[in-house]
Amino acid sequence: MLGSVLTLAFERPAIDWHAVAPELTLLGFGALLTLVDIVWLERGRAVVSALASFGLLASMVPILTLAWDGADRSTFWGAYVIDDYALVMKAVFLLAGYVVVLLSTNYIAEGDYWENEYYQMLLSAVLGMVVMASARDLVTIFVALELLSIPAYLMATWRKRDLRSNEAGLKYYLMGVFASAVLLYGMSLLYGTTGSTMLTDIDAVVSGGGAPLAVVTLGVIFVVVGFGFKVSAFPFHTWAPDTYEGAPTPVTAFLSVASKAAGFVALLSLVFVGFWGRADVYQPLMWALAAASMFGGNLMALRQTNVVRLLAYSGVAQAGYMLAPLAVAGESLATADDALSAVVTYLAIYAAMNLGAFAVIIAVARRTASAEIGSYKGLFRYSPGLAVAMTIFLMALAGIPPLGGWYAKFEIVLALISPGTAWGVALGVIVAVNSVIALYYYARIASHMWVETPPESVDFDTTTPIKVPTSVTAALVLTGAATLAFGILPQWVGHFTDVSLVAALAG
Amino acid sequence: MTDFLNDWGLTAVTFVPLVGALVMMAVPAAEERLLKQLALLASLAAMAIGGLLMLDFDYGKAGSLQFAVDARWIEVINSRYILGLDGISLPLMALTLVVVPLCVIYSWDHIPEPGNPKAFFILMLILETGMVGTFVAQDLILFFVFFEVVLLPMFFMIGVWGGENRRYASIKFFLFTLFGSALMLLSFLALFFLSTDPATGESLRTFDMRVLSDVAGAGILNSTQVWIFAGMFIGFGVKVPMFPFHTWLPDAHTEAPTVGSVILAAILLKLGTYGFVRIAVPMLPDGAEAWAPWIGLLAVIGIIYGALACLAQTDMKRLIAFSSVAHMGFVMLGIATLTDFGINAAIFGMVAHGIITGMLFFLAGSVKERYHTLEIRRLGGMLVQAPRMGWILGFVSMASLGLPGLAGFWGEFPAILSAYSPAEGLPVETFRTYMVVAAVGTVLAAGYLLWLLQRTAMGAPKAEFADSEDVVDVTRTEWIAWVPLLVGIILFGLAPGLIFDVTDPAVVGLLVSGG
Repeated sequence: MLGSVLTLAFERPAIDWHAVAPELTLLGFGALLTLVDIVWLERGRAVVSALASFGLLASMVPILTLAWDGADRSTFWGAYVIDDYALVMKAVFLLAGYVVVLLSTNYIAEGDYWENEYYQMLLSAVLGMVVMASARDLVTIFVALELLSIPAYLMATWRKRDLRSNEAGLKYYLMGVFASAVLLYGMSLLYGTTGSTMLTDIDAVVSGGGAPLAVVTLGVIFVVVGFGFKVSAFPFHTWAPDTYEGAPTPVTAFLSVASKAAGFVALLSLVFVGFWGRADVYQPLMWALAAASMFGGNLMALRQTNVVRLLAYSGVAQAGYMLAPLAVAGESLATADDALSAVVTYLAIYAAMNLGAFAVIIAVARRTASAEIGSYKGLFRYSPGLAVAMTIFLMALAGIPPLGGWYAKFEIVLALISPGTAWGVALGVIVAVNSVIALYYYARIASHMWVETPPESVDFDTTTPIKVPTSVTAALVLTGAATLAFGILPQWVGHFTDVSLVAALAG
Repeated sequence: MTDFLNDWGLTAVTFVPLVGALVMMAVPAAEERLLKQLALLASLAAMAIGGLLMLDFDYGKAGSLQFAVDARWIEVINSRYILGLDGISLPLMALTLVVVPLCVIYSWDHIPEPGNPKAFFILMLILETGMVGTFVAQDLILFFVFFEVVLLPMFFMIGVWGGENRRYASIKFFLFTLFGSALMLLSFLALFFLSTDPATGESLRTFDMRVLSDVAGAGILNSTQVWIFAGMFIGFGVKVPMFPFHTWLPDAHTEAPTVGSVILAAILLKLGTYGFVRIAVPMLPDGAEAWAPWIGLLAVIGIIYGALACLAQTDMKRLIAFSSVAHMGFVMLGIATLTDFGINAAIFGMVAHGIITGMLFFLAGSVKERYHTLEIRRLGGMLVQAPRMGWILGFVSMASLGLPGLAGFWGEFPAILSAYSPAEGLPVETFRTYMVVAAVGTVLAAGYLLWLLQRTAMGAPKAEFADSEDVVDVTRTEWIAWVPLLVGIILFGLAPGLIFDVTDPAVVGLLVSGG
């Protein structure tokens, strides 16, 4: 009797083990890191970063086999979906995570910070992101969000002896939990009015007009605002500059690329699967957020004197570019595909160029111990390689062909213009105008490095080239090659990011 | 050989300089001599391939694209790697391929402060790839990418090796041109989405410039064409530069190192006018017709304004820069008539201006090196101290003011003449007024050039330079760099058909398909 009750009470879902293999691999390596820490204590420090990077790369293997297999998979009653979109984003997260490990290796070891725990945190944050890419249900999305956020709060405070790092983490934490609360409230509204946490069910009710407009509108606004914090869209960006500046620089790189991308992945799933039919609700909201983020981010970036803060504001503007296609995504099925491809393309290219920029910042700070723009003066004279690399990444961020960023912006503008609506074209013009504003501050840094002579009265050596650790060099080579390749042969990235979430609706 | 040229010729001529730049990156900066030789080799190799292409070019069919390559590039947006050479591209490509090696030769012992020949030559070669690529690209996105590739090298050339105010000038150049090209890209995208096949009425969704000039804006509403043309107008107009977008030019020219000025004046400005001829006018005939009177107006304002500004300059280099504004006004006036006569004149004007003004900037650079100043007030008596250089300056000034028998004449005179009878549908009286105003502009041009000549070359040397040992006559490297240009000025002046015969079939072809 009891046995039958128990079996009834828990119906084990049919799990597609191949589909969740990347997550399990990552989880396995996270556990292994913990074991290493427990068994070998201090002696384990030597291998943890290698182990973490190996774990991230090993998780790529099942992604490749899944991509080779090609079939869309769905498990856990449809809450967890593996399609091309999810695979591409998982690959972006894992590779970005790998580059972050490369950037962290020397930084964390030489700074005498906790190493084992750092890589455990990093792996679990990446795990959260990888889960997020597949999550198609409100609860899964929320769990993934917390799984990636909580380690990130801790990582932001990793330089625990530095007051600024503590401030960074605390600010990030407070804003983050506040955003989570807002997000949960929005989710509860959506659940309350549709009776389901599955995005496809929500879409059926919401887009079918089966829910009161006011409740849906409020729900969508709260959900979007909740993720607006995560992607640091204006006006929810206020944590970003302080957190970016105070956090250890590799963590900043991680937050600005992977964490932002994870927020976008959730937004994309919600918009395209959850309430795509309610274009009247989310399009104006996205339009306003995108325009405000572009102008707000770029105008504030103009006045920055610190490269990391500058990149924080430029990241706000970049979030604006990426939000822009969502403002026209609901016009037609074709536009929806264009918009999704544009954002995914942008995320992939942005990951390469922004991580590259942070790699240079980390390398230069080893000599100058500073991220002030003034400390970049004359870099070309004494460290031409780093100056050229930084120029490539900055100009890619500005969208100058033939560097990767141009294609990312191009796809955005293409998606905005394709439906031919006045609002779309207007936003396209705003993107164009903002690219010019942004060029000013990127070119200003480039001009400091190339035009100025090295500062004379500083306490660092401005005559010999900066020595770059091997792992940072590897990160530079990887991101630099990707940035150039994406710009010259955009088909390489375009082929992978030509994905669809609304294909099911078309069928 | 012909097979190779057909399949690989244009790709090779475009990318050989880039390959040279990549090789140079691997050479240590201390090997200055080797680096210079490599740069010269790369630019000469490109010139040789260009020469072979020109020998193999079928001049009987100059109106059609030859050596065309059509390969996959970015499939997701249906953009392809399409290159092709016709009568419009050929003279401009040839100009680029000649000017860059001459700049390399000139820089042999003229590396501007703060040195670093390695970076200087690498940037020059990257520039060459961008410029040649722009002239042979036949896909809008490919064109856009090449068009933008030139920005960064020029930004650094002005920013690193420029004069005192180089930071301001370089960023201004960069921002202005990027602003233009951002709007230009929007227009390209609008063309992509709106162009339809006239036979079937279906959306084409292509960036293929050959197809887009054939359909010539079919299916795009007249009012929409006007807007799309406006975007291109700003994009190309900034580059030309047309009044009122010209303000970056005097700053950029004044601050740029000599070779930067030469490349900027001789070739970069032509990217803008080439864009009008190749893209804006044939692809949007209705938009062009609506804008033509305004383009003509801005062109003649540019002619008069440039000339008046020249008369007020105290700096020789700045004067030449403003004369560029005036000369490009003639080119734009020719284009604004929308006739094959006017556009032929415009293309001739581009080449002639490239040779002549490029030469003037070379001279300005050499003057600066000898006198350490370009302030016209302090110069004088060059004919006494450096007679050959003084005579060359006189000769080039004559060419620049449009003396018949020299190349400058065939750029200006037909352009003015073409305004007498603009294309059908354009206001004849307005264009005839422009014609008169432009003619007045040539008188002003004679005024400022002769005045410049009088103040710098004639008279007795000023006391401060009378005994200067720096003031020497033309050196050997200068001769090598300058003679080809001087020969070109005479050659094209005496035999303008060399260019007109090549451009005419292509121009007629573009306009016919557009009609």
